[in-house]
Amino acid sequence: MSARATIERAKSEGRAALIGYLPVGFPDVATSVAAMRAMVAGGVDVLEVGLPYSDPLMDGPLIQRATEAALVGGATPADGFTAVREAGAPALVMTYWTLVDRYGVARFAADLAAAGGAGMITPDLIPDEAAGWHAAADEHGLDRVHLVAPTSTPERLALAARSSRGFLYAASLMGVTGERDLVSTTAKDLVARTKEVTDLPVCVGLGVGTGAQAAEVAGFADGVIVGSAFVRALMDAPDRASGLAAVEAVARELAAGVRKAASVAAT
Amino acid sequence: MHAQAARTPLTGRTGPYFGRFGGRFIPEALVAALEELDAAYRDALAEPEFMGRLDELHRTYVGRPSLITEAPRFARHAGGRAPARILLKREDLNHTGSHKINNAIGQALLTLRMGKTRVIAETGAGQHGVATATAAALLGLDAVVYMGEVDMRRQALNVVRMRLLGAEVIPVTSGSRTLKDAMNEAMRDWVTNVENTHYLIGSAAGPHPFPTMVRELQQVIGVEARRQTLALAGRLPDVVCACVGGGSNAIGIFHAFLDDPEVELVGLEAGGDGVETGRHAASVSGGGLGILHGTRTFVLQDAHGQTVESHSISAGLDYPGVGPQHAWLHDIGRARYASVPDAEAMEAFALLCRTEGIIPAIESAHALAGAIREGRRLGPDGIVLVNLSGRGDKDVDTAARYFGLLGEGSGE
Repeated sequence: MSARATIERAKSEGRAALIGYLPVGFPDVATSVAAMRAMVAGGVDVLEVGLPYSDPLMDGPLIQRATEAALVGGATPADGFTAVREAGAPALVMTYWTLVDRYGVARFAADLAAAGGAGMITPDLIPDEAAGWHAAADEHGLDRVHLVAPTSTPERLALAARSSRGFLYAASLMGVTGERDLVSTTAKDLVARTKEVTDLPVCVGLGVGTGAQAAEVAGFADGVIVGSAFVRALMDAPDRASGLAAVEAVARELAAGVRKAASVAAT
Repeated sequence: MHAQAARTPLTGRTGPYFGRFGGRFIPEALVAALEELDAAYRDALAEPEFMGRLDELHRTYVGRPSLITEAPRFARHAGGRAPARILLKREDLNHTGSHKINNAIGQALLTLRMGKTRVIAETGAGQHGVATATAAALLGLDAVVYMGEVDMRRQALNVVRMRLLGAEVIPVTSGSRTLKDAMNEAMRDWVTNVENTHYLIGSAAGPHPFPTMVRELQQVIGVEARRQTLALAGRLPDVVCACVGGGSNAIGIFHAFLDDPEVELVGLEAGGDGVETGRHAASVSGGGLGILHGTRTFVLQDAHGQTVESHSISAGLDYPGVGPQHAWLHDIGRARYASVPDAEAMEAFALLCRTEGIIPAIESAHALAGAIREGRRLGPDGIVLVNLSGRGDKDVDTAARYFGLLGEGSGE
């Protein structure tokens, strides 16, 4: 099933979809893939498979630590295809563009499609620079997910919408990845402004970490994107088994959150 | 008749692209700020009042035009019996001690114009950090400078200077703890605080419009040097040498000569232990096509596209990428890029100290080493113009250790 179909199905169940991020290779490739499966078991609908990069300038300290460790462990972009293949849910690769550029965008798209990937989220590839990726994605039937930000003008929102397929990623606050105490009020405005220019599902990421926050975001977005909370669960665990259990528990809490949205929204 | 392309001047080329290099590989969240900056600097450069203010600060604060100094004793020691003439463009005499102030003052004025109150900067050797802290103090802006922990140790003097000037210096402990990681951290700050903050990039690198804008704020070096060389020698130089990390001083002096085909332009990258050892910072000579800090250019990277740590005795050149306009000048053959290992740079450093009474920055010593090579090649009829991009006070600690100038147990 495609990412969009999965998000639409969640919608038909009267809830938002839960989208979970984990970098491949942390703490090792096999454990990261097992953790992705645990996320799916706990209720994650769509997976974002992160590719570790040496200069993650959009990530906060937590994900930096995880991806640095993954690189020390020898993780490569090709390990992302393994994760996509084995994750057990619709999966998109999320990556800094230079890794794809180096791999070769046509070959990357072909290998991603061959692994059964749904598409790619490109946080540092704005539509203006994405002609090559768009062509490759079209050739292989892959989703191409661009980001919108609170600083995006109406014209840029429309450009991102026109350029995307699958869903749109609303980076709900200005800053890098990491959990926040409060869900930013700008998130709701951004989703509303984005929905004015597109019928694509709009999913919200950056800063969401708890079931209550997931419920709040699910009140106005089609999908809730969570990353750092999963990474933290895996990082803080004393051993592999408890790490996988912790990741699944976080997924369960968030999955319950996205199903509580209706009652939260009503209050 | 020449083809149209051959007549198109190389000077005045602006981004976002320089051939296959450049562009904007950045999060959507920063697009608005880059558009705002692009518009602000284009408007400002076309406005007599803004340019008048910049020019006034150059004359009354920075100390422009900077001198040109002939270095005959250096040339003789370096070139043997039939030395070429070597001319030094003295950016080391600028206020704060390097060319970095040209760009910092210009961008600080733009920050005011955009109504922002805070500037952030990355720094390697600390020269750009000091220049930014200085411009911020002069114009009443808050300044935060990100600096790798390793660089804070090897350029401790500049850390103190920045703090005296009222800037906050934040140590960066991620990655290789040098310039590249300082730039990562500054980008993270910018995307979080973009509303009131301008990222005052010090190199001719980063996303559009930075490579173009920084070059336009630095090209005064070449404009002056071209005029001064004509006045001093009666003709243009045969070769212009400049060191290249990200490449702001080099593009600054090269630009005025781009359409003088008889003038060879030579960029000297940091060769570290030697390009063949893999421990170097020579992105053009020893890197591959990649994306770093928002621009497509030559990058030191492994087979998977992960950035490889650079190595150089010079903190200011210790960067695994290069400005996109340099990558393009290399591609079209207009400029030549060569690497200078640490040892050869330090030899040139010591020679300039002893023969001319000028202590250069170790960065600039790479350009001096290039001038020695070029001078030997050209012989007595040749003229080599060198961008002496900075002074070496900040480097006395490194030099003392390198040459063993502090006796064991001297204690103080």
